[in-house]
Amino acid sequence: MSKAVKQSEKVPAIRLQNITKRFGTVVANDNVSLSVEHGQILSILGENGSGKTTLMNMIAGIYFPDHGRIFVDGQEVVIRSPKDAFRYGIGMIHQHFKLVDVFSATENIVLGLDSEPKFSLKQSARKIMEIAIQYGFDIDPDKKIYEMSVSEKQTVEILKVLYRGADILILDEPTAVLTPQETEKLFAVLRRMRDSGKAIIIITHKLHEVLSLSDQVAVLCKGRYAGTVNTAETNESRLTEMMVGKKVTLNIARSEPKDPVDRLIVEGISCKNREGTELLHDISFTARAGEILGIAGIAGSGQRELLEAIAGLQHVNGKILYRNPKTGQTDDLRDKTPVQIRELGVRLSFVPEDRLGMGLVGNMDIVDNIMLRSYKKGRGFFLERKSPRSLAEKIINDLEVVTPGANTPVRRLSGGNVQKVLVGREIAASPTVLMAAYPVRGLDINASFTIYNLLNQQKENGVAVIFVGEDLDVLLELSDRIMVISSGRIAGTVDARTATKEEIGLLMTKNAVQEGGAADGAANA
Amino acid sequence: MIWAGFLQRAIMQGVPLLYGSTGEIITEKSGNLNLGIPGIMYVGGISGVIGAFLYEQHAASVHPLPAVLIPLLCSIAGSLLMGLIYSFLTVSLRANQNVTGLALTTFGVGFGNFFGGSLAKLAGSDVASISLSTTSGYFRTQLPFADKCGWFGQVFLSHSFLAYAAVIIAALTAFILSHTRIGLHLRAVGENPATADAAGISVGRYKYFATCTGSVIAGLGGLYYVMDYANGVWSNDGFGDRGWLAIALVIFAVWRPNISIFGSILFGGLYIVHNYIPGLDVSGQELFKMLPYAVTILLLVVISMRRKREAQPPAHLGMPYFREER
Repeated sequence: MSKAVKQSEKVPAIRLQNITKRFGTVVANDNVSLSVEHGQILSILGENGSGKTTLMNMIAGIYFPDHGRIFVDGQEVVIRSPKDAFRYGIGMIHQHFKLVDVFSATENIVLGLDSEPKFSLKQSARKIMEIAIQYGFDIDPDKKIYEMSVSEKQTVEILKVLYRGADILILDEPTAVLTPQETEKLFAVLRRMRDSGKAIIIITHKLHEVLSLSDQVAVLCKGRYAGTVNTAETNESRLTEMMVGKKVTLNIARSEPKDPVDRLIVEGISCKNREGTELLHDISFTARAGEILGIAGIAGSGQRELLEAIAGLQHVNGKILYRNPKTGQTDDLRDKTPVQIRELGVRLSFVPEDRLGMGLVGNMDIVDNIMLRSYKKGRGFFLERKSPRSLAEKIINDLEVVTPGANTPVRRLSGGNVQKVLVGREIAASPTVLMAAYPVRGLDINASFTIYNLLNQQKENGVAVIFVGEDLDVLLELSDRIMVISSGRIAGTVDARTATKEEIGLLMTKNAVQEGGAADGAANA
Repeated sequence: MIWAGFLQRAIMQGVPLLYGSTGEIITEKSGNLNLGIPGIMYVGGISGVIGAFLYEQHAASVHPLPAVLIPLLCSIAGSLLMGLIYSFLTVSLRANQNVTGLALTTFGVGFGNFFGGSLAKLAGSDVASISLSTTSGYFRTQLPFADKCGWFGQVFLSHSFLAYAAVIIAALTAFILSHTRIGLHLRAVGENPATADAAGISVGRYKYFATCTGSVIAGLGGLYYVMDYANGVWSNDGFGDRGWLAIALVIFAVWRPNISIFGSILFGGLYIVHNYIPGLDVSGQELFKMLPYAVTILLLVVISMRRKREAQPPAHLGMPYFREER
């Protein structure tokens, strides 16, 4: 093909060479090299925590690489700040928009620009419309941001970058917040920008988007660079293989479940967010006592909402039935407050994702944090402080929490120790159902194993454990069954003893929306 | 013409409020809630008084130009210093804005009363009050043709240069806020400092600049009160609660200095209307003095119910900005 020959002669718009970035002892990017040419779309594919965003942040000037070199149009450059990045024509559209709500689109787009000699919002609005027409954006420059939909806000962010004359665009998971129709629109715009000679990098973990949009795919796997392939020469299963990497054996001791009984039966729960987007769709499953049910899925697929629904923090439709082991009765937990759930004799222990936000109070010490569970105890007006204190000391000793004492504010502890306090407190309530979301996030190997052992102990004690994890190796070795959710739906449930990483990886990226789109197409035809 | 007299007094009463509210609006637009404004207006007033007192005492003969310039510069220096203290504490050290502001108000009122008392002692007066009639006379120079224009002249042309300056500053501030790059950047800092920071705007510099400019403008309100409204007589606690009224005016004007021009006259009128109602006893007067605050509360209720986004305070008002906390 003549096109391919032409491309190989071109100087890449941006080239990374052996980029390495560490955060403390954690290697976020290890020796990554890749390049994009003008008039090309490169997808960066990888699981959560594989270092995609970190890598792009180094191009955008937010982080600075420890090692390696960056070339723009063949020239080596040093990018120390977002301003430097702009100077080299690099613009990044972050996942979280940086916009002023009460400003109009135009005001947001010109914010911080000093280069134009005269300050005229009308003139700027005209220039914005010109760019919008050129690439086929739909925008009203005078509309206020707070009146805009998510997709319109994204358009403003992209225009902000184009207005500053960026030639290299980086989009961090741009489709995560869009409906399928909006995604199609965005892709059309991106293709038009590619055809006009812009170099585009898009971070994603949705395989079908990679295949339909990009010219090349660079795959990252746990911070390592797994290679770049031409989209035309690959397929979903080969990309999944590259993305999940080889199986790593962790040697987590896993016992066979002893006579598991159904403890929690979830029947067809669904919920929507305030904008009306469906977060959970018809989820049904059973958690059994004496078993660890793993939940796998890409971040934001509805894991949080699912756990919050069971914990009584999220309003859902459907049924959440709890078989009380003491009375033998079955209760519906749906729409009960956390306190009501406790009064029913149901013990749910919940380790939220956001430890210090929802799990613990950072400025309070370990004893006070333990009392958040027992503040109703004690005589009359006064609190009972003795048993929380002895529990705090027990947790510190048993779980080897590194802390100056039980009276140290938990905010001063390291992530692993915070997590030990949180899990320790939840387990001390001797739950019948224990839910843990990302309990080992940010923890080192030893701390992680402490948590795994705790979860296994609970399982052996007959607790129904629900474990939401992101590392597939851990999920495969710790869980008994793994339920995979994708875009708020159950993509499948597998036996953790026989399943493979590829199988789960494919389920995670299996797109319910894709099927919906096909149905739409059929309807149109 | 009783109503022309009333209007004239209402405007005079409103000018210090206009200075205070314009200063506070500029400050709040940068996200700093400066509750030190009442104290800063005291400091602005007493600093001008100190300057004028020393000049009147030590100069062989009092000339008009230095008699105006010296108190003006002293007032600006005094309130600028207050603004710098507030900015340093809340922006550089990220101290709590409410606590800092209230402390500055307590300090400013005490500062004013202390030096007011000291000057009275120096002047040999028995009560804590000093009269600077010469300086005040220069400050109150009227437009020459004011007398010849009937009621129009009395209401609109009889004022001193500081009163017209207040209106001009307020109008200019309104224009800068909505029509210039500096205004856009300043509003962005108060609404969403992280976004402003990412856009390359120096958040700290804007906060310092806005707070100090706002303090200086508010301080001029104190100076106007002593030199014009009170005819050059400083008496301790004489300024009263006008500083708080200025902050209420900010809310009344929904953070728009052009609205506060008219708001200040309304507030000024409501503040003195009890003098124009015959047969009021003392308790009745106090009830009438409550009117500006009652109007503000009513307006707050209306604004909150309408939930118009443009009529809300800057989104990041009162919160410190710390880049690493993203």
